Amino acid sequence: MSVQMPEDINALWATIADLPEAMLMAGGTDLLVRLRAQGKTTPDIICLENVRELQSITESKGTIRIGAVTTLADLHQNELIRDKLPLLHHAASRFASPLIRNMATIGGNVCTASPAGDTLPALHVMEASVELVSAQGTRTMPVEKFIQGPGRTAMKQGEIMAALHVPVPKGFTIHHFEKVGQRQALAIAMVSLAALVALQDGVITEARLAWGSVGPTVIRDRDVEKGLAGGKLTLTTLRKAAEHARKTVSPISDVRASADYRRQVAGNLLLRLATL
Amino acid sequence: MIISFRLNGQEQKLDVKGTERALDVLREQCGLTGPKEGCGTGECGACAVWIDGVTKLSCLLLAAQLDGRDVTTIEGLADDQPHPVQAALAERGGIQCGYCTPGIAMAATELLTRQARPDRDMIRKALSGNLCRCTAYHKIIDAVEDAAQRLREED
Repeated sequence: MSVQMPEDINALWATIADLPEAMLMAGGTDLLVRLRAQGKTTPDIICLENVRELQSITESKGTIRIGAVTTLADLHQNELIRDKLPLLHHAASRFASPLIRNMATIGGNVCTASPAGDTLPALHVMEASVELVSAQGTRTMPVEKFIQGPGRTAMKQGEIMAALHVPVPKGFTIHHFEKVGQRQALAIAMVSLAALVALQDGVITEARLAWGSVGPTVIRDRDVEKGLAGGKLTLTTLRKAAEHARKTVSPISDVRASADYRRQVAGNLLLRLATL
Repeated sequence: MIISFRLNGQEQKLDVKGTERALDVLREQCGLTGPKEGCGTGECGACAVWIDGVTKLSCLLLAAQLDGRDVTTIEGLADDQPHPVQAALAERGGIQCGYCTPGIAMAATELLTRQARPDRDMIRKALSGNLCRCTAYHKIIDAVEDAAQRLREED
């Protein structure tokens, strides 16, 4: 049982080759809590926080590349993110607590694949992709495909997530994210909604909607999206869409909220779009 | 493994076990009992310390992650006199049992290094990862406002 802290990608591949069974750790805010709760012998850990290739935020050809070990605090303070990806900027401000945001990373949030991951609805509506790298090569895959279920991703043995690629949303009037939790900070979302809406003279030309915490993965409802297009952004239009959305989501009841409550609120969150 | 880091201004070289937590090493090996274990899961903030000037949770840090870093605990926040944040917490009654206070002082002081004139909402948000079960927070927020003013007057 050891902790390895490689500082560049080549050192990382060497470490993974030495310790193929080791667990990868980014910020550790989920992993270390889970390992401790299990109480078993801790496995070898490869900590990614010092790997320099995984750290930067850059823009090229309308896409922003966010290094996987970017902390939520750095994400929130970054000017590119604030100016061009306001949804993600806002989602970062609602994530856990300031102290956890100083440690938790966006790559960790995606790879943990919790249905309640606070950055995930925003990443779904912006149609972000993950960059997966191994010693053999690189592949990219939409976040929507990468996350397959609670805690399940398409990551293969020997692969790491190096970065997210987020296309800068173009032409959307409304960039909206709302999280409903039992309190403002340190709350696991009971329901959340990310929305991008394009408007022309009060008429919706395109809508993208993704809900968190109301299914095994984030739920993007393309039927509701299509149903909204061509309609006026009014409460009447949204009420109809909300009714439809309540049927699409498939929440569970747990210690935080009942399935019925989540279903109701998932629809209600849409109504907010008329009041922005 | 051997790790080297700066702890409250002093160079440290320690032999730590594989996956030991930073909190345990600071308390047991370094004898600094300011950082406390409250929840052990990152939700209460009682274990907060600065790593390179950023407030982090030492219960969710591995000792190995301290290697090469500049670590400050409540013991290193000030030299002879209490830091204005510590003084204001004591004078304004922003402290009762005291268990959460070291973490609160670290998070509040980091806020004041970034923001000389925070309003009450900013203070609340900056301290939203620190739980206090005694004070109901009002006096803590009064104390941080007070400390901000003292620091501005010092400058």
